Amino acid sequence: MARNDLQGTLDLLVLKTLSQMGELHGYGIVLHIQRASEELLTVEEGSLYPALHRMEMSGWIRAEWKVTDTNRKAKYYRLTLAGQKELRKAEESFEQLVQGIRAILRYA
Amino acid sequence: MSVFRRLVNTFSRSKLHQEIDAEIQAHVEMRIADNIAAGMSPEEARRNALIRFGSRVVMRERVTAADAATALDAVWRDLRYAARQLQRSPAFTTTALLTLILGIGANVVVFSAVNALVLRPLDVPEPTGLYNVVQKTPGYDNQSYPDYLDFQSKNSTFSDMAAYRIQSAGLSTKDAAYKCWYYRVSGNYFDMLGVRPEHGRLFHASEEHGPNSAPYIVLSHDFWRRHFNSDPGVLGTTVDVNKHPFTVIGVVPAAFHGADLFLWPDFWMPMVDSPDDESANFLSFRGMHNIWILGKLKPDVTPAQATDNLNAIARELARQNPDDDGLCARLVKPGLMGDMFGDPARSFLAGIMLLAFLVLLAACANLASLFAARTADRSRELAIRLAIGSSRWQVLRQLLAEAVLLSVLGGALGTLFSTNLLNALTHWQPFPEFPVHVTVSPDPKVYSVALLLSIGSGVLWGLVPMRQIWTTDSAQVMKSGGAGTIVFRRFTLRDLLLGIQITLCTLLVTSSFVALRGMQRSLHAPLGFQPEGVLLAETDLHMGGHSDASIMQIRKRMLEEVSRLPGVTSVGIIDETPLGTGGSRTAVYRMGTTDFRMSNSTFGAKYFSISPGYLQAAGTRLLGGRDFTWHDDAKAPNVAIVNETFAHAMFGNTSPLGLRFALGEKFSYEIVGVVENGKYDSLTETPSAAVFFPLEQNPDSDTSLVVRSPLPEAEIVPEVRRRLAQIDPSLPFVFHSWPDALAFVLFPARAATATLGVMGLLAAMLAVTGVFGMAMYSVSKRMKEFGIRVALGAQAAQLLRAALGRPLLLLFSGSAAGLLLGVMASQLLAQIVYQATPRDPLVLAGVVITMALLGFLATWIPAERSLHVHPARLLREE
Repeated sequence: MARNDLQGTLDLLVLKTLSQMGELHGYGIVLHIQRASEELLTVEEGSLYPALHRMEMSGWIRAEWKVTDTNRKAKYYRLTLAGQKELRKAEESFEQLVQGIRAILRYA
Repeated sequence: MSVFRRLVNTFSRSKLHQEIDAEIQAHVEMRIADNIAAGMSPEEARRNALIRFGSRVVMRERVTAADAATALDAVWRDLRYAARQLQRSPAFTTTALLTLILGIGANVVVFSAVNALVLRPLDVPEPTGLYNVVQKTPGYDNQSYPDYLDFQSKNSTFSDMAAYRIQSAGLSTKDAAYKCWYYRVSGNYFDMLGVRPEHGRLFHASEEHGPNSAPYIVLSHDFWRRHFNSDPGVLGTTVDVNKHPFTVIGVVPAAFHGADLFLWPDFWMPMVDSPDDESANFLSFRGMHNIWILGKLKPDVTPAQATDNLNAIARELARQNPDDDGLCARLVKPGLMGDMFGDPARSFLAGIMLLAFLVLLAACANLASLFAARTADRSRELAIRLAIGSSRWQVLRQLLAEAVLLSVLGGALGTLFSTNLLNALTHWQPFPEFPVHVTVSPDPKVYSVALLLSIGSGVLWGLVPMRQIWTTDSAQVMKSGGAGTIVFRRFTLRDLLLGIQITLCTLLVTSSFVALRGMQRSLHAPLGFQPEGVLLAETDLHMGGHSDASIMQIRKRMLEEVSRLPGVTSVGIIDETPLGTGGSRTAVYRMGTTDFRMSNSTFGAKYFSISPGYLQAAGTRLLGGRDFTWHDDAKAPNVAIVNETFAHAMFGNTSPLGLRFALGEKFSYEIVGVVENGKYDSLTETPSAAVFFPLEQNPDSDTSLVVRSPLPEAEIVPEVRRRLAQIDPSLPFVFHSWPDALAFVLFPARAATATLGVMGLLAAMLAVTGVFGMAMYSVSKRMKEFGIRVALGAQAAQLLRAALGRPLLLLFSGSAAGLLLGVMASQLLAQIVYQATPRDPLVLAGVVITMALLGFLATWIPAERSLHVHPARLLREE
């Protein structure tokens, strides 16, 4: 059984965002998810940073302080090799979750 | 996964917090900028951005929690929880702490002694590569001065070689006189050891130009402080050593006390100087073995290469000089006077260290069974914790935290107590007449060993319940409502541990009884003299500046004056008393020997010089022939009195009276008397040959007045002192009763007995608490069963058998095994303690009674409890 909790979903969103966008700071991740999901999904700041920190500790992402276009110092996150592996796993388990939920919804 | 990063994070939380704050701050600012761009007022934009985060502090905590939960914070939480758990059961905590304090404390004390006497290098500035170069036989391992000069000049393996010997002398200033112990050392001694003067200067090899060329002395820091009030003005002044003038040129630093770990001499003097006539002789005689050689190896030379090198020189010397026949060189670790003290002290310490370690092991066994019982009691709690999702590893870690916390606490307290004890030991001077004490105060090495032992023992007994946790089936435990199902049928690890502990305890109790009996017997051993009721007054006549010629006159006057005192039954003089610290040995030859080299001798014999009347005063039985008279003087033919062993070894069963033996080409002696055998060097020695010469035919300045009197010591000492002072007021005397003077030879046995006694006591305490804990636990767990048994009509005896069968069985088998081991260990003990044998009904009975008493003590309360089972009340409680 795959790991199908909500935390896993947030991880998936963050990992996918980073794999698509390369390097982003926390605020950028929030904006990207909002924009890419066509305003359907909003990531709460209160959950994002603990998740980022946990993923950094697990070695899935790596952080670096950089200067933004508007000349602010911000912490930029990037996917590691372990993170790419984790992303594939998360995508698979998400597919399973969606299939499972769909099957239940269709069950008449 | 970056464990390192986590560690860093945990230790630098504030830095981590700052980083999180900065990151959130950046986020908020970007949001505000976007909000304003989207048309919000600055006020509103800011409010909106902040609201999204909620409380900044909570946010920060949540971020840190993401890793802190798995980092060292968890360990801290475990420890806090452990502390709370321990507070909740004070009985367990107190028992465990006491056990640990005793176990670890004992180890710290013993290890400090090992550290001080074996591990720590010499207290000299440059201790590396130093070795004593000694002769073949331990105990007679001194070298001679001319041989030293040859070894020093001809070797190619040592960067330098110094010589020293310890002597006593009277040092007098204008105002006072002191009896001192001092080192006579070769000129290069200080330079080789790297010693710098604290005040003034030291002497050097370049100042030695033959006998009496450097009349200087260097004071020890302590002597300078005590007797010269640390006055630098003493430098350059002249003091008298044995009435010969010497100039004080310097003071050494407080920490320096020479190359022996336990001797603290008062001053140092160049070896070429002689404060008396006798001691100049040794500088030129190869046959006089009375110095220690200390060599410093060249950097790349191994001890084996150096030994080969020196022995090649020794063989060459032996070929050239008959006196060097059999000369050889061995390298031994310095600090304990060669092998004489070194070997016994080292093996004794190793034995005691082993015992202390075994005691700690017993303590751990004890704690392990206590802890296992406690874990069993808490099995419900543990089952709940497992059921709500904590991993087995987490539960184990929790228990381990409790064990290690207790051990470290116990270790710290134990170390604290032993530090006090060790500081007292450091200041203890076991023999008032010798400058002997050992610095055993703990150093960082001791503290780290204490910490290591604490953590190690904590882990050791904390891991014992591991299997219990691994096999816990939470559902089963919760259903059956407690620890009722813990196995009591088959033998467990706990039983084995307890059995080992009882064995160990019996072993120690047996050894201490054997040692105690040996001690008691040695006080009544046939010494060859009767020390009870004898007062000794010892001096060296050279200290009074007397020449060899006047010595006999003085001695005769002493004997006359003292014998006239009321209450004195007999009085005599011997140069050095048997079983004292000195005395010499000589090679003995049959008549007709022409080549007097060592290897041609018949045997070696201890020799003494005695006055007429000594034998009577000392209580040595004359078995045949006559005592000496004052007519056996320097002009009369040479005569001797020998002991039984001497007579038997030389002449077999024929009476030796009137027969002769030789000590050298011109020295032959007629035997005029035979005395009983005695002990001369140690209480444990086998009977050895001894010969006595008349004082006047073998002059020596050492003088021990042997005064036999039924009067108490306090009455006779002032009288004797007054009479002797009338003869020569400047002569320093040391007074003590003969039994007191034997303290030195009795010391090893006393030390062994005391240590074994203390260890035995510790082990006994541990065994009692161990058996008690086990019996108590088994009884309390089976109260309900007993209640039912009583209700069904069980008798007291049946109950007792059920309650105490297991502990008593362990007690019996453990004691039997321990007794057996004790009997075997006594053979080792026999080397230290006089006639240590377990084949002694008193010892065996003592051990059996002790163990029975211990068993009784340990099982009394549990038995009592099991007999007072009240079935109705017990069943109601359920």
